[in-house]
Amino acid sequence: MAENTVRTVAELVTPCDAGAHVVACAFLGSETIFANGEGEIVFASGKRVAAHPNAAILEAASDGERIVTCGDDGRVVATDEAGTSETLAEIKNKWIDHVALGPDGAMAWSAGKTAFVRTKKGEKTLEVPSTVGGLAFAPKGFRLAVSHYNGVSLWFPNSDAKPDPLLWKGSHLCARFSPDGKFLITTMQEPALHGWRIDDKKDMRMSGYPARIRSFNFSHDGKWLATSGAEAVVMWPFQSKDGPMGKEPKMLAPAREGSRVSCVASHPSRDALAVGYTDGMVMMVRVNDAAEIIVRGPEGGEVTALGWHENGLQLAYGTDEGKAGVLNL
Amino acid sequence: MSDKIPVTVLTGYLGAGKTTLLNRILSEPHGKKYAVIVNEFGEIGIDNDLIVGADEEVFEMNNGCVCCTVRGDLIRIIDGLLKRKGKFDGILVETTGLADPAPVAQTFFVDETVSGKTALDAVVTVVDAKWLKDRLRDAPEAKNQIAFADVIVLNKTDLVTPDELKDVELRIRAINPFAKIHKTSRSAVALDDVLSQGAFDLDRILAIEPHFLEGGHHHHDEDVQSFSFSTDKPLDPKTFFAWIDNVSQIQGPNILRAKGILSFKDDDERYVMQGVHMMFEGDHQRAWHADEKRESRLVFIGRDLNEKALREGFEGCVAK
Repeated sequence: MAENTVRTVAELVTPCDAGAHVVACAFLGSETIFANGEGEIVFASGKRVAAHPNAAILEAASDGERIVTCGDDGRVVATDEAGTSETLAEIKNKWIDHVALGPDGAMAWSAGKTAFVRTKKGEKTLEVPSTVGGLAFAPKGFRLAVSHYNGVSLWFPNSDAKPDPLLWKGSHLCARFSPDGKFLITTMQEPALHGWRIDDKKDMRMSGYPARIRSFNFSHDGKWLATSGAEAVVMWPFQSKDGPMGKEPKMLAPAREGSRVSCVASHPSRDALAVGYTDGMVMMVRVNDAAEIIVRGPEGGEVTALGWHENGLQLAYGTDEGKAGVLNL
Repeated sequence: MSDKIPVTVLTGYLGAGKTTLLNRILSEPHGKKYAVIVNEFGEIGIDNDLIVGADEEVFEMNNGCVCCTVRGDLIRIIDGLLKRKGKFDGILVETTGLADPAPVAQTFFVDETVSGKTALDAVVTVVDAKWLKDRLRDAPEAKNQIAFADVIVLNKTDLVTPDELKDVELRIRAINPFAKIHKTSRSAVALDDVLSQGAFDLDRILAIEPHFLEGGHHHHDEDVQSFSFSTDKPLDPKTFFAWIDNVSQIQGPNILRAKGILSFKDDDERYVMQGVHMMFEGDHQRAWHADEKRESRLVFIGRDLNEKALREGFEGCVAK
């Protein structure tokens, strides 16, 4: 499709200044917020909350009521719609690299080789063989995936049993379950994804990327896994019980020359996704016919965060230069 | 390359004076702010919110090649530091005394984010003038650290006689004739000699020690060799990249360090490259100056290198 025929909705975007490298976008009530690399929670309405003073936010998770951030100041902080921050955990002289939110108010975080889980009943820890690369709660059952070098530990914090190991050589970073809980996917240090079918631990390797995959997520119905790291969005089919094994991925929304897909966010209810690129462009693309709509032109900065409101009518983006915006459909 | 954050890697065997040097870099009023990645928090006597503890986690990449190892913790830390871009001018990485510098250096080649946003400025090795010769006998790491260095801080020179010092210097030169050596005691080296080096700057080495790069002259260590090749005839880029790729595949495990400044046919820009084991990277650096001799120079430091094959290969890259 020639570029000049692509529709644009850029006029529906309200740009805002997120101050610094945008780590995550989220929607709290009627507020759109951005967590940045200088430890701030920046509200699209203008309010700024120093959640991690003199520190960087490394990761964030949100349940729609609060955003929980972890930082290189060794703290986990929750900030709500009113801008009130509360320290939930603190470890001196350590970075808290990862944070995840689970069912019934459960929360997990990690520092170095230790993963922590806190529930209403209390707190538990798990030591893994190397630094935790990522954390993910399973959609069903109280189970936490803790990724690390050479695999993932599937931990059942409510049981005293040893974590169930999923093994694959190499360094595993971000982890994510499919919506039905049947698959677990990790991004790896090399430009590849690894996946396991949980039932039989069958391996699946998804490779061929030119760059490390920093962003990936499942479509709302779990049929596709959208991934960054290439010149186009690489969509792995997960319709069958074998996942993407033996199947070709679908390529969508190719980047402009010299640019790559840096961020993806599947729409919460439709077969569409938002795509961010290393040249700052943001697009929406429909999965079935690859129709594209421009949200933001290639205005510079690398898109580092994208987030849909659960109503599917608002999309927030942010770049590594602190530029951000909200699309209202 | 100019907007990349410079990274200085500080190596040195146990007790050589690394921490003293690091403390000096952090406390002297040079007007720059460094993010510092250390092994032991306690040894750094300076309060700095950008000091990060590392775990020295060496990871193999999944291609199964043992020499393609990286420091996973460094990638993670640099990813994190990059979120605070603009808050510091450079990154210092301290390694433990027993560490092989290769995985640290390779980290700056292999990971796309790290190599895209940061550049290895120099590997600085602190060496103990009094005990180096013993270490070279009993600790292979000590020799690797010297072979890898762009800058060597020859420390504790007050503890040896001038003759002993000369002898130590010759030993260092036998392993690595290309590094700059600064003699000092109590790590009191001028910080300008350690930071902002630009590891590519072979010109300076030429100016200081011209004979080291003349006609492939090489010195002898028992197992570490160094070679340099040069030509004033422009190279054919296609032939050269195919050749260097092949060299990295075949001789890579034995190459500790490689560096080059290259002049390609019909190309008015200097091309600079460096490599560690099987990983090589390069880029156009700047335009050749009008009064500058357009020459290609390539140096290798390694073990069991096939000099004849390297020389003939290099000479075969001259544009027809």
